[in-house]
Amino acid sequence: MYIIIIGGGQVGYYLAKALLDEGHELLVLEKDAARTAFICNDLGSVCVRGDGCEMATLEEAGAGRADMFVAVTGDDEDNLVSCQAAKHKFNVPRTVARINNPKNETIFKKMGIDVTISSTKIILESIEEEVPTHPITHLLDIQEQGLEIVEIKIPPHATTIGKTVKELPLPAGNTLSLVIRGQQKPFVPDEDTVLEAEDQIIAITTPETEEALGTALRGS
Amino acid sequence: MKVVIMGCGRVGGRLAGLLAIEEHDVTILDLNDYSFRRLPPKFGGTALVGNGTDEDALIKAGIEKADAFIALTQGDNRNIMACQIAKHIFNVPRVLCRTYDPLRRELFGSLGIESFSPTTIFAQMVKEQLLEEKPEGEKKAN
Repeated sequence: MYIIIIGGGQVGYYLAKALLDEGHELLVLEKDAARTAFICNDLGSVCVRGDGCEMATLEEAGAGRADMFVAVTGDDEDNLVSCQAAKHKFNVPRTVARINNPKNETIFKKMGIDVTISSTKIILESIEEEVPTHPITHLLDIQEQGLEIVEIKIPPHATTIGKTVKELPLPAGNTLSLVIRGQQKPFVPDEDTVLEAEDQIIAITTPETEEALGTALRGS
Repeated sequence: MKVVIMGCGRVGGRLAGLLAIEEHDVTILDLNDYSFRRLPPKFGGTALVGNGTDEDALIKAGIEKADAFIALTQGDNRNIMACQIAKHIFNVPRVLCRTYDPLRRELFGSLGIESFSPTTIFAQMVKEQLLEEKPEGEKKAN
């Protein structure tokens, strides 16, 4: 696969390294001369100095035959514009952009960027989930369907302990997929499964209903 | 007309002044309040410190009720991003974008953003001025 990476900062550099190890053909475009030299010294001639938003540079980089385009500079506007150029001028099938300001996620999606990765959001969520009282841990986003897989832990004094699944006011479209209970083998709950303290429940939910799911499972 | 301008440089500041004189409701955004020195002394509009690519700053500037949005910062990419936010998130009817790079301007045009390149315009103007036969002014001066 031919992959073009815009931005040779920490993210771009380590990404290039990992993708090279996987045997992909790739090119990093980096504005800074010293950084370009560093990457070429370290990884071989896979880095070219240039502005990833310039059509001429992208043309030279062979954007027309790229299978994937990844923009990971520190500036959201640069990532947006280079992905748009790749998408609309060079018809690159898959564009991935790093987003620093989580508020920009909507505009990137609206403008047709295939995948957005909000570094700030990921860091925030990871830290939040380390807070012991945090009710919901996000395990996976299924972006195409707007679904997410989450883990919810039943606290020791939850008002829902002893209730069966069918008694819980689960929001529509939510599914409880798995219960992890102590050292037991994890099992798929049915409507007669009784909740116990410290149960870890893996569920499928949506960003809109996850809060209601948390309340349904943990009580208020 | 309610106009939101992003970037209070020489052009932004001047444009804001001109529009305000004609009694338009002008709000100008800049990252740095020192830039507002470029506004005319009796500027009748609003000057706000804020980032024009940030939705909250745009809302504060009244983008939701704006009839026009103009991006005039030094950064082409910043300008185009702000314009796309104004057009596609806030549905501002008229959006104008300054783009120094003529090649990028072409792309933005194809993305549906009305954009103009001072580079092209100015180069053309200088060329015409230089190669023009007449100079009427010169004749008069003689």
